[in-house]
Amino acid sequence: MGEMEQLRKEADALKDQITAARKAVQDTTLEEAAAGVAVVGRVQMKTRKTLRGHLAKIYAMHWATDSKLCVSASQDGKLIVWDSITTNKVNAIPLKSSWVMTCAYAPSGNLVACGGLDNMCSIYNLKGKDGNVKVMRELAAHTGYLSCCRFISDTEIITSSGDCTCILWDIETGTQKTSFAGHQGDCMSLAVSPDFSYFISGACDFTAKLWDIRDGNCRQTFAGHESDINAIGFFPNGQAVITGSDDATCKLYDLRADQELITYQDSSIMCGVTSLAPSLSGRLILAGYDDFNVNIWDSLKAERVGALAGHDNRVSCIGVSADGMACCTGSWDSFLKIWN
Amino acid sequence: MAEAQRRREGEEWEEQGGAEETEAPKEEAPKEAPKEAPKEAPKEELKEAQKEAQKEAQKEAPKEEAQKEAPKEELKEAPKEELKEAPKEEAQKEAQKEAQKEAPKEELKEELKEAPKEELKEAPKEELKEAQTEAPQTPTRPLLATRSTSSADPDDDSPNMIVYRKIEDIVTRIQDETEGVPIRTVKSFMTKIPSVVTGEECEGTDIVQWLMKNLSMDDPAEAMHIGSLIAAQGYFFPISDHVLCLKDDGTFYRFQAPYFWPSNCWEPENTDYAIYLCKRTMQNKTRLELADYEAENLARLQRAFARKWEFIYMQAEAQVKIDRKKDKTERKILDSQERAFWDVHRPVPGCVNTTEMDIRKCRRMKNPHRVKKSVYGLAEEGTQSHSPVHTPSHHSRKGTREDVEKEILFLNTQLDRHCMKMSKVAESLISYTEQYMEYDPFMTSPEPSNPWTSDDPTFWDLEASKEPSQQRVKKWAFSLEEALKDPAGHELFLKFLESEFSSENLRFWLAVQDLKRVPQQEVAQRAQDIWAEFLAEGAPSSINLDSHSYERASHNLKDPGRYCYEDAQDHIYKLMKSDSYTRFLRSNVYQDLLMARKKPETEQGRRTSLEKFTRSVGKSLTGKRLTGLMQSS
Repeated sequence: MGEMEQLRKEADALKDQITAARKAVQDTTLEEAAAGVAVVGRVQMKTRKTLRGHLAKIYAMHWATDSKLCVSASQDGKLIVWDSITTNKVNAIPLKSSWVMTCAYAPSGNLVACGGLDNMCSIYNLKGKDGNVKVMRELAAHTGYLSCCRFISDTEIITSSGDCTCILWDIETGTQKTSFAGHQGDCMSLAVSPDFSYFISGACDFTAKLWDIRDGNCRQTFAGHESDINAIGFFPNGQAVITGSDDATCKLYDLRADQELITYQDSSIMCGVTSLAPSLSGRLILAGYDDFNVNIWDSLKAERVGALAGHDNRVSCIGVSADGMACCTGSWDSFLKIWN
Repeated sequence: MAEAQRRREGEEWEEQGGAEETEAPKEEAPKEAPKEAPKEAPKEELKEAQKEAQKEAQKEAPKEEAQKEAPKEELKEAPKEELKEAPKEEAQKEAQKEAQKEAPKEELKEELKEAPKEELKEAPKEELKEAQTEAPQTPTRPLLATRSTSSADPDDDSPNMIVYRKIEDIVTRIQDETEGVPIRTVKSFMTKIPSVVTGEECEGTDIVQWLMKNLSMDDPAEAMHIGSLIAAQGYFFPISDHVLCLKDDGTFYRFQAPYFWPSNCWEPENTDYAIYLCKRTMQNKTRLELADYEAENLARLQRAFARKWEFIYMQAEAQVKIDRKKDKTERKILDSQERAFWDVHRPVPGCVNTTEMDIRKCRRMKNPHRVKKSVYGLAEEGTQSHSPVHTPSHHSRKGTREDVEKEILFLNTQLDRHCMKMSKVAESLISYTEQYMEYDPFMTSPEPSNPWTSDDPTFWDLEASKEPSQQRVKKWAFSLEEALKDPAGHELFLKFLESEFSSENLRFWLAVQDLKRVPQQEVAQRAQDIWAEFLAEGAPSSINLDSHSYERASHNLKDPGRYCYEDAQDHIYKLMKSDSYTRFLRSNVYQDLLMARKKPETEQGRRTSLEKFTRSVGKSLTGKRLTGLMQSS
């Protein structure tokens, strides 16, 4: 037997053992355990605001930590910072490349970032001295499109890319600090843990990976989806991960049990999940789909408890504000809507 | 992607067309669909229907001849001409297999002509299933299964293909004789055989009912939503409207020929569209009159293709000639299917263009060679139009020895990890959601109101005020994290610790948090300051560190960075959690605050909180009023 074959056999044997170990702790399912929990009942939300101004598909949006401002990126080549209460545009930032795919708001509120087919992450300073918003840094090192970016602070940002890697950058020097390699397919999305020590990435190799930000290692890998994972997020307690995929399902994985807890699916949902966000308590999961709707799931019972229908095209991004008061959806129909 | 293609062609029409699509306000209801067709259609349909039955028997013979006649290039004609006969099956199975491989374009076209036609058979379903050699059959097909009787390549896992397979499953089942919708039998007094070609018509309500029943939906709105999605992709269409959506009424729908299915990866060029529109103007049928937007498109195309208009005209003429040879009824059906195809690829202004793909997914389309560009068999032009992507060079690397070794290492660490029991994990998740339920505005209405719903920012004002609500104070007891997260929380915690003269831990923790955020040039100095204050020998606020963390910190200080105190901070955090935090929660300062804001369970309590509420809101108002009074008097 060739050496490679032997090694592969060893790897497979280990995988089997891991599967067995995971099975061994399956003394119940989340659904069973939650059987006694009171049902949520129908959740109905209305559109409270519509943010108009983009001229083309919106690909991404992100709330600021003050729960009032948010930033959105559209293929019309603009990054717009909105005061979502008044629906006024606080900033309309023209981009060098219109093929933008992601945007992020720094927790401090001072910076925003975006990136796309230009393979770069551009950082903009919103609080510049003269009041103009300018490019502060252009972080270039990825060899593939920038699919997602999230700030850790004003000095660090993590990006995920179509080149199958994620990178932690030092914004001040504009250099790479750590590269997170391991995925076998385009990284589509990432999310940072509430304590900022870990982040998770979802990729087109159908898996999600948990990474230690400081030492750069992959701590855990979660498989189970049958197609690209487009969206990923942490459960608010930071101990579980929610993923959304092109296989039309969302899944909840627990970090401590090291496996999938439950799947959110329905026979009448055929289209892929593009984006997701949990409510403040985690009891509800809002997921945006290619079929123009957002479905609201009871996270413990895996039942659909509501839907947001209001967009005329694919829902491409969704976010729940930090105080949990409202959720914002962005769509290919060029509008953002605030719901609750 | 379609947009990008058009841009690349650099034609004026594309620029305008592309711009229109991005700027067209979606508010406009797509009411531009032509109204002239419906008037004629019903009458004509009946007449055609009458003739169809007569032609039924005759159809068999002319097909064979037509097949021989039709030149190779006329892709559109071929699918309609053949009827499946048993002996042909083998050839077609072969054809389909080959179709999956990357055969040279001509052959590929030929095979694809034959392969999708499997679906058109009215013969027993067994034949249909046999023809799909690639797809394994399952007796009951759950909707989410990716294997199906569709013509989409079952090995193609690109996102759109997955959805197409599901839709094609549904569409096949809808048309099933026994399980499907009631098909309008064309000519009942002549014969009971339903229409041979996929020209079956059925009513909108029937489709909605079928969807509700077979996809277990209670709400007809849901069925209409899915139905409209399927229609928007072009799998069935209203026979007298350009707008592809499903209505729950007597509107008649027809099913699209599998040849035109999106799973065949069509990306028709503008030359094809020009030929199509041109052809329509040549045929003297009122039902084929161009809609306004189509006339505009034609005008633009004429300008854009001015140099090669003669060529396009000739192609259109050739198409018309071939069409004339066909059976009238069949022609009608084909016309409608062709129109529906173009409604998908060149939608009515204001309608969603379902052929648009997420650019992140475009470049990963497997079998880019399968992309079919010309409906009318025109050879591909010079410019290869692809969306702005770069060649993937790193995908599906078969692991090298190093990779596998790394994997084994990783797997070993995984195995060493202790998996927590599902029951424990589930319990902690459930209790978390229950604990935070009252803080989740989607689950519990916030008081006094949700600012988004009521347009009243009082809630936010209260949150920002110096006096935290009882609810907020309660949250600090959930975890140390919550207490530290809230500025009012860690302020109180600090106050408590200072009263005990044990605040150095918390102050250290806060200082290190700060260090992570200062500008780069201040980092070194700040790190030194922290060392001096908390860690050096004889430090004023000496903290208690274990030897390991202490060594790490002192080592890191040689080259101080933002995270040089990471280990120390973790250790101190754990100390606080187990020691000072629990004392804090039991302390008088905290308990007093918690109790003082007790929720109205008693009359007194109610009055107190109401008083406080009105006081805080009224303060600003009365203040103004008072000054006003004082000024005036």
